[in-house]
Amino acid sequence: MPSLHTVNKTPFERGSLETCLKLAASGGAVILIEDGVYAAVRDSAGVAMLEARKNDLKFFVLGPDLEARGIKRTRLMNGCHVVDYEGFVALAAEYDRVQSWL
Amino acid sequence: MVFGLVVNEGPYQHQASDTAYNFARAVIGMGHSIIRVFFYHDGVYNGTRLVVPPQDDRAVTERWSEFAETHQVDLVLCVAAAHRRGILDESERQRNGKDAENLAAGFRISGIGQLVEAAILADRMVVFGD
Amino acid sequence: MSGYRKGRELIVKRFLYVSRRPPHGTIYGHEGLEVIFTGAVFDQMVTVLFLDDGVYQLVKDQDPGALGFKNYALGFRALNELGVQAICASRDDLTARGLSREDLLVDALLLSSFEITDLMENQDTILSF
Repeated sequence: MPSLHTVNKTPFERGSLETCLKLAASGGAVILIEDGVYAAVRDSAGVAMLEARKNDLKFFVLGPDLEARGIKRTRLMNGCHVVDYEGFVALAAEYDRVQSWL
Repeated sequence: MVFGLVVNEGPYQHQASDTAYNFARAVIGMGHSIIRVFFYHDGVYNGTRLVVPPQDDRAVTERWSEFAETHQVDLVLCVAAAHRRGILDESERQRNGKDAENLAAGFRISGIGQLVEAAILADRMVVFGD
Repeated sequence: MSGYRKGRELIVKRFLYVSRRPPHGTIYGHEGLEVIFTGAVFDQMVTVLFLDDGVYQLVKDQDPGALGFKNYALGFRALNELGVQAICASRDDLTARGLSREDLLVDALLLSSFEITDLMENQDTILSF
């Protein structure tokens, strides 16, 4: 019964990504949205958090939020899938529930 | 699939309302439906008619109103949260002895029960906030 | 659990309300509790979970009268009578904040991370404030 988790803040501003990654069950997915997308930038402290759960969680990033913030897809950690809003909706439908980490 | 959305922040101050709106459009565009968008906490500020959106930026309230009308989506402001923040419809204006109402088109004001009901009836609830 | 009747169907869902912010500095905790109260009449299976700074909402002897605020946290004491199945809090998050069970105004179930993960995965709907 895996969940889709949304995280919308940088790991520097808020502990929501850290808590999410501590508690998310295996088989789930995390979509980084709004300011949360910064966590996926390669070589950042945020990415280190994501890497720790790479083997049992899937990671997604909302494309329009990346573009708005000037982050090119080539700067993202490997294994992070960029999706648009339709992709976000599809993920919400695919997983059993959506948990927003605000 | 039936979606219920919750918007916990007001327009412009946070991105929540924008993300919710773009998500809502994608939901409809993909052939799913939305049982309700419930505005709570500062989210009720999305529903004031007295906005004067900047000329060179998006009109958050107006586009929610248009979205509601075009797709028959139920937009609900929580009455308790709206009272605290000064958003009233005609009925609440009269009931509370105020001299104006300011509810934007396409929105209605109702109780928290509407949020819980949406959560019971929807297949998926998605919360947008700070 | 009587549930919510939709036509001939009786719906009972597992609801989890998650609160992660401290009281009073923002209204999320207070207005979050109002949702839990109102939702009680719908007769669903409700659990309330306090994580991170949310555990501060459960601290006893709050006196927001000093600020002119309502002491909304007293309302947590009524949740069991309203049919809320459990009030849960993260044991780790309490400990990290120098708090223990003795500091709390309700008899909360203190959960480990594993138990919280399991709790979250077994819900139909999760609402965060």
